Amino acid sequence: MLRFICSRLASGVLVLVGVSLVVFLLTRVIPGDPVEVILGELASSADRQAMAKAAGLDRPLGLQLLDYYGDLARLDLGRSLFSGESVSKLLLERAPATLLLALAGLGVALLLAFPLGILAALRPGTLVDHAAMGFSLVGVSMPNFWLGPLLVLLFSLYLGWLPVSGWQAPGALVLPALTLGTALAAILSRMVRASLLEVLGADFIRTARAKGLGPTAAVLRHALPNALLPVITVLGLQLGALLSGAVITEMIFSWPGLGELTVSAIQKRDYAVVQGCVLLISVAYVGVNTLTDLVYGLVDPRIRSDVAES
Amino acid sequence: MNRIARLILLLWVLVAVAGGLLPLAPEQIELSRVLAGPSGQVWLGADELGRDLLARLVEGAQVSFLVAFSVVGVAGLIGIVLGTWSGYLGGWFDHLFVRIVDLFLAFPGMLLAIALAGMLQPGISNIVIALGAVGWVGFARLSRAQVLALRHSDQVLAARALGAGGWRIVLRHLLPMIAAPLIVEATFALAAVIIAEAGLSFLGLGIQPPAASWGAMIRDGTRYMLVAPHYVLVPGLALFLVVMALNLCGDQLRDYLDVRRSLKY
Repeated sequence: MLRFICSRLASGVLVLVGVSLVVFLLTRVIPGDPVEVILGELASSADRQAMAKAAGLDRPLGLQLLDYYGDLARLDLGRSLFSGESVSKLLLERAPATLLLALAGLGVALLLAFPLGILAALRPGTLVDHAAMGFSLVGVSMPNFWLGPLLVLLFSLYLGWLPVSGWQAPGALVLPALTLGTALAAILSRMVRASLLEVLGADFIRTARAKGLGPTAAVLRHALPNALLPVITVLGLQLGALLSGAVITEMIFSWPGLGELTVSAIQKRDYAVVQGCVLLISVAYVGVNTLTDLVYGLVDPRIRSDVAES
Repeated sequence: MNRIARLILLLWVLVAVAGGLLPLAPEQIELSRVLAGPSGQVWLGADELGRDLLARLVEGAQVSFLVAFSVVGVAGLIGIVLGTWSGYLGGWFDHLFVRIVDLFLAFPGMLLAIALAGMLQPGISNIVIALGAVGWVGFARLSRAQVLALRHSDQVLAARALGAGGWRIVLRHLLPMIAAPLIVEATFALAAVIIAEAGLSFLGLGIQPPAASWGAMIRDGTRYMLVAPHYVLVPGLALFLVVMALNLCGDQLRDYLDVRRSLKY
């Protein structure tokens, strides 16, 4: 087991090094001079040089990369090219809102997906099944930047039940969480149904039923745990989409999180902040995926032994 | 249901290809009908500058069509060529290739596209670059996995025994065998790219005004939801219907071609 954990952690670290390298290259190699953007086209060349020097942008790319990794090791992500604030501080301020939104979206997805998927798998081919899968198709095809405004139109403007935007008012979390969670719920419910249907035909379910277990108990205690594995994999992979979706959802609802920070930093070409945001979100994603792999190993002993043997 | 899906797709393609021939003026400002609702004169209403929403919808269809097929074409070509060769050759090239693919998969895809599109100057070609840079990975992974399963199959061995070279085996023997799952993947990819393009334009990182894009129309429409709800409904419904039709067709193709999507390599 220890060996399994170590091998997963090691590959996670390797991916992190690669991810940080890509983020560095992303902001340096691409055209668009940040100095020119900040100072404007009319700035004197002396001012430009001073600015570039202050931001370390005049040094060779290799040295910039060394600096970058040195700073990363000390968790120093530099300063915003505009406000001069420390990027780590900005990220820390914004992270809780995004975390809250992502967790709420995930909660919505799980709460919708499991009942729908289980119901559909128990009554395949019936109206319930068709309705659940119809919801799934609509959920997958519905862009969240349209779903969000529609929800606002219905619940905030016509019915007046919930606030339009912001995050202080009570109930403010409901619409953003629904907007973010629906697509994931659609994908997951499909996965739950498919994997449950596969398991329901297995011998151990027949055995469970034969020894007198009721249909509900057989499904919840025997089928569901075995059907969970592919669902966990898909969940881990889809969390990336959830985090990307959070960027758009935050823009719709003026949610003061990392996504809103990312987009406004991109518009200002604030390299240091963009770099920090993309890095933090990607690191979170890699972390969650490594965790998913570990959970996968915990849930299914067969996977642990595969790694140990190879 | 499926007939409707095919009808929607047909309409989308027709409008995108032949829309330029219609007598429409998507950028003509008409202040007398600012935010006007649907009427005999403007069938789907007008936007905040009095521009005809139907005409802008047609222009948006052209943009989505152009971007979707360019991205899937470019990303598919690159991904399939690299993935097939990597799977066929094996060895150090394949090892390196898997590492690179894993690296790309470690990013939330849309986030990478947002960052890329934001760093490049906005415009259609840069959207294609940003989405293509993210999209090739899916094709590469799929074609590599398929080729791995087939490279030791009898027909490939037979072709090699008959003296066929690498190119011939890949192009004439492997590609036709893995075409079915790739076609299904391409259908879903079209739907994903259409949403992604609209998403980038929604964030202001895609198509720039005065050109129309469904995503940008939705963003502008949200500002006038209370006075002119049709403004946000029209482009959103078009986007939703096309994406749903593509997803339905993908599902059907998958059942028809009997493809099981592989999650692992």
